[in-house]
Amino acid sequence: MAIETLVLGAGQEVGKSCVLVTINGKRIMFDCGMHMGFLDHRRYPDFTLVDPNQDFNSAITCIIITHFHLDHVGALAYFTEVCGYSGPIYMTYPTKALAPLMLEDYRKVMVDRRGEEELFSSNQIAECMKKVTAVDLRQTVQVDEDLQIRAYYAGHVIGAAMFYAKVGDAEMVYTGDYNMTPDRHLGAAQIDRLRLDLLITESTYATTIRDSRYAREREFLKAVHKCVSCGGKVLIPTFALGRAQELCILLEDYWERMNLKVPIYFSAGLTIQANAYYKMLISWTSQKIKDTYSKHNAFDFKNVQKFEKSMIDAPGPCVLFATPGMISGGFSLEVFKHWAVSENNLVTLPGYCVAGTIGHKLMSDKRGKVDLDANTRIDVRCQVHQLAFSPHTDSKGIMDLVNFLAPKHVILVHGEKHKMASLKEKIHSEFGIQCYDPANNETICIPSTHYVNAEASDTFIRSCLSPNFTFQKCNSADIYNSTTPDKNLMPMLQVEDERVSEGVLVVEKGKKAKIVHQDELLLMLEEQKHDTLSGTF
Amino acid sequence: MKFTCLSKGRGFHFPPCHMLNFCGIRILLDCPLDLSALLAFSPIPTSLDCLSVVESFNTEANGFDSGVGFGKRQKIEKLLHAQSLLFAEPWYKTVNNLHLWNSSFIDVVLISSPMGIMGLPFLTRIKGFSAKIYVTEASARLGQLMMEDLISMHVEFRHFYGPEESNFPSWLRQEELEILPSELREIILGKDGLEWGGWMPLYSAADVKDCMLKINTLNYAEEACYNGTLVIKAFSSGMEIGSCNWVLNSPKGDIAYVSGSSFISAHAMPFDYCSLQGTCALIYSDFFSLGDTQDSSDADNYSVSAADKLQPMSSQDLAGFNHNSVENSEEKEKLDFICSNTINYIQKGGSVLIPIDRLGTVLLLLEEMTASLEASDLKVPVYIISSMAEELLALLNIIPEWLCKQRQEKLFAGEQLFAHVNLLKEKKIHVVPAIHSHELLTNWQEPCIVFCPHWSMRMGPVVHLLRQWCGNPNSLLILEDVLNLELALLPFQPVAMKVLQCLFPSGIGLQTVQPLLKLLRPKTVLCPEELRLQTNLSSENSFSVLYYTEAETLKVPYRKHSSEIKIATDLASHFYWKTFKKEEINITKLKGELLMENGRHHLLLENDNKNSSSNKSLEHLGLPDSEKLMAALSKMGISGNIEHGMSDAKSQTACTIHIHDPYKASIEIGTTGTIITTADENVASSIYKIIDNILKAV
Ligand SMILES: [Zn+2]
Repeated sequence: MAIETLVLGAGQEVGKSCVLVTINGKRIMFDCGMHMGFLDHRRYPDFTLVDPNQDFNSAITCIIITHFHLDHVGALAYFTEVCGYSGPIYMTYPTKALAPLMLEDYRKVMVDRRGEEELFSSNQIAECMKKVTAVDLRQTVQVDEDLQIRAYYAGHVIGAAMFYAKVGDAEMVYTGDYNMTPDRHLGAAQIDRLRLDLLITESTYATTIRDSRYAREREFLKAVHKCVSCGGKVLIPTFALGRAQELCILLEDYWERMNLKVPIYFSAGLTIQANAYYKMLISWTSQKIKDTYSKHNAFDFKNVQKFEKSMIDAPGPCVLFATPGMISGGFSLEVFKHWAVSENNLVTLPGYCVAGTIGHKLMSDKRGKVDLDANTRIDVRCQVHQLAFSPHTDSKGIMDLVNFLAPKHVILVHGEKHKMASLKEKIHSEFGIQCYDPANNETICIPSTHYVNAEASDTFIRSCLSPNFTFQKCNSADIYNSTTPDKNLMPMLQVEDERVSEGVLVVEKGKKAKIVHQDELLLMLEEQKHDTLSGTF
Repeated sequence: MKFTCLSKGRGFHFPPCHMLNFCGIRILLDCPLDLSALLAFSPIPTSLDCLSVVESFNTEANGFDSGVGFGKRQKIEKLLHAQSLLFAEPWYKTVNNLHLWNSSFIDVVLISSPMGIMGLPFLTRIKGFSAKIYVTEASARLGQLMMEDLISMHVEFRHFYGPEESNFPSWLRQEELEILPSELREIILGKDGLEWGGWMPLYSAADVKDCMLKINTLNYAEEACYNGTLVIKAFSSGMEIGSCNWVLNSPKGDIAYVSGSSFISAHAMPFDYCSLQGTCALIYSDFFSLGDTQDSSDADNYSVSAADKLQPMSSQDLAGFNHNSVENSEEKEKLDFICSNTINYIQKGGSVLIPIDRLGTVLLLLEEMTASLEASDLKVPVYIISSMAEELLALLNIIPEWLCKQRQEKLFAGEQLFAHVNLLKEKKIHVVPAIHSHELLTNWQEPCIVFCPHWSMRMGPVVHLLRQWCGNPNSLLILEDVLNLELALLPFQPVAMKVLQCLFPSGIGLQTVQPLLKLLRPKTVLCPEELRLQTNLSSENSFSVLYYTEAETLKVPYRKHSSEIKIATDLASHFYWKTFKKEEINITKLKGELLMENGRHHLLLENDNKNSSSNKSLEHLGLPDSEKLMAALSKMGISGNIEHGMSDAKSQTACTIHIHDPYKASIEIGTTGTIITTADENVASSIYKIIDNILKAV
């Protein structure tokens, strides 16, 4: 028995997450993402490797999408509507609600602003989403008779989930992106202690260890406050969902405390519309935010107004959330062109920007000239603040998760090559767990657990269960100080060895294996009992 | 497995309550309150009330328009009037039979609906109660709101009557009960006159808080594991948001518990019957299918009309269970009827009072009603008066995972899940916590439409509004099916206002029971006795049927006398097999760690090697031949001598072999065992192997 993992994307890189896992005859595609840094065929996973005949419906049992980020869901509409996959697709409720917004936004940026030929239409996005089955956290979904899947809270963005899959006796978890510490609006990742053959985990920050998030948040708020109090404009390029809401909750809170009146703007309708979704999905946020829903929904932003294009050159300080993030094009780029030239202004960037974006260029060279394309060069004089908090786990978090789950094998994806290699070493040396960091289009094959079933007699079970069982209170524990209280402890009964050894396994030809108590064996075989005891002085 | 029905309950607001013993685990199914027993109490009297005695109880004056029978009218008329109601702070009626059980012996409590939680704080506050409680998250939230609402409504009684003087209220005394009208006595003591033990003074807000802390919340289809042995899963029942049926898996088999269930719902996720398939036993506890169970004393109600004994649907029809358009249109018709009546009375200048607690009905009515008002261009205010309404309405819009498909589609389309969000924003409906709220006093306008909780018409805003409007023939009272309408309205007589009772379809439906059970393929079905008369299950041969009645214990034998153990292959490869060629049997002594996890036994390779040496006792068959053993020993270069005849009857030692070379050891061969004694573990194990080999030849 083996588990075969074909990495179609996010192998030794960040972007186009897509992993095809074959377990006991079932094939699951985890994530179906696109690469933001490429515009050619490299932006999508190489689906021809899934099935040379392109018969995806018989080649794949189901697709599981972990969260709405484009590098995890960006290729889905293409795969279903253009490549023709029509089998089951699973994602959480928030992902199903928000993924089409992301896809539509991306499509618009591609077609309307870059003038590219569209890879899929709005209609195709809608058709694609109709094929999706929404799942709740911890719900055990029976995909077919043999395949069971279950989503666990992953933090990261609203609705992000780690997925557990089980076929026969083989069990595995694919984490997607996750965060082991709670942030302003989300809780920390949570999972049961499972008996895994394989853990496939992201490793964006494979070697980084972060310190207190609050100090980093203060730095951000200070930078913003300083800029607006000097009359400057703050540009926060973000994607419509996730970071935008997190930072906005942070700013709203700060604005209230400091009694600031400087306007906070959201660009276009998208983010405003996104907030409507967030309001309905508030039970997927952190406990603190959830608890206040009936009096004031935290996503009802009081200070936020809508931004019009005509306001770009209006005088006076302001804070603007503009899409897309990483200044990869669109409106955020347009505003950037206007605002970057003044040293009064401020641009904030996330901790990670995909290679090929303006954000990436700014990070490597904070001041100076940035080439937008062959013809346009901007003289960047504004301040650049890099956010030092991230919705991804740091390396300590990855190590803690691996330690907690204690899987038999680990595969690292979604990270940078050299950093992954060092994490791989660390996992192997510290836990003695076999760890792999395959490149794209590589296949890893690992052995999987298999159980032999036997019928055990009541006498044996009874003798095992009483009276010397011990309770282990370790199951399903929270990793870390998660904000969602987990009360579903699953105590295990563990039986001491002496009682197990009173059992005898009998395999009779043509019959099912049976376990009986030694006292019963004699009856069963009608033989005289004879003990051999050995001992030491 | 042992099953005891503690109470069949009484409809939607008072669900059934059972006790189940499965694999030695005692499981309580639901812990409801019989709020209809509040009918025995008087609402807080007004000064006028106390004086004016309603002596002539003129039934003709009442504009009852319900189709529900009034079979008992003659019985109560003689004795019962508004003054005979109990003028005291109400107590609450719990399931009487539950008190016959020691609550500290309960291991697990499963709550199937928000209504099933109402009595739980009575249990959780008992010292020694330590059961694990499982509730779906939505049921827990709704249930908590309802309990808090009950407490806040109850406060007015406490203010009026003051603190209780003794632990035992006077109305519960024997002599007081004896002079009560029979109708009230039956409410208090039950039909057999024994139920006084179920009465309790209301729990406190702190009790509710404490109760909620003891709850484990679940999502649908989430696996919870009790003690490693029992895997517990909740699946939607369609009755209410968060309401569920249960599947319990254990190594001994599995049980499905079907509570009141509904194939269609305009708000809650519908009945997930597919997940209940193929269990060893199925406990059928949907009492809605049984028609009028509440009046089981009336023999008349058992006469089943021909229409009820419909031909069962064929299995092919089952696929359409969840899209039963007939029921759907019936519901729509009823809604239209209610709305057009409402408009009529509003146009006559009267107000409309809708004290309904069924969330689904309220939400539908709210949406339909505001739409009809708009369509007929009527501008009358719609008030929702309830201490929990604000939080409830906010909650409903953030739980898409618990709603029916049409509501979920709204989430995906980015629209509000329920119309009330926008209605509130547009000020078409007004939500206030109480009748004396400042906001209500300043905004109050009549005619109007008021939604409020029911509470058996004995407390809260409904009492005030009924008193205000009951004399007005142009006003309208819209009710769900009320157990005893006459008694419910007794304190408000004479009632001139029009009363409209609406019965929305609920439950599985009598003609669906059989095809449903056939589809679910349980091996045994436990059914209420009442079902025996109404549907012919016995003819079904794919499962056996057992009938249960209240307070009697049914024993269901397990079909399996063994349990499954999963042995890890990496462990199995370490097993030391012996083959008995004649019988083609292989046997091996087990080792490893036996783990009970998620209702399954696992035998796994031990992590630590503390017991790696093989000198653990291994079962042998037959008696080793001492001569053969000597020969085998000497072959290995071990020499010694045999000491025969040591055996007396008691010691059972056949012979002892003393070994001198190359090390000292002794082997005692007895009739029941062989004991190797040596200073060196390696020696022991090598001798052991030799003996083992000899024995293997058997
Ligand atoms: Zn992500």
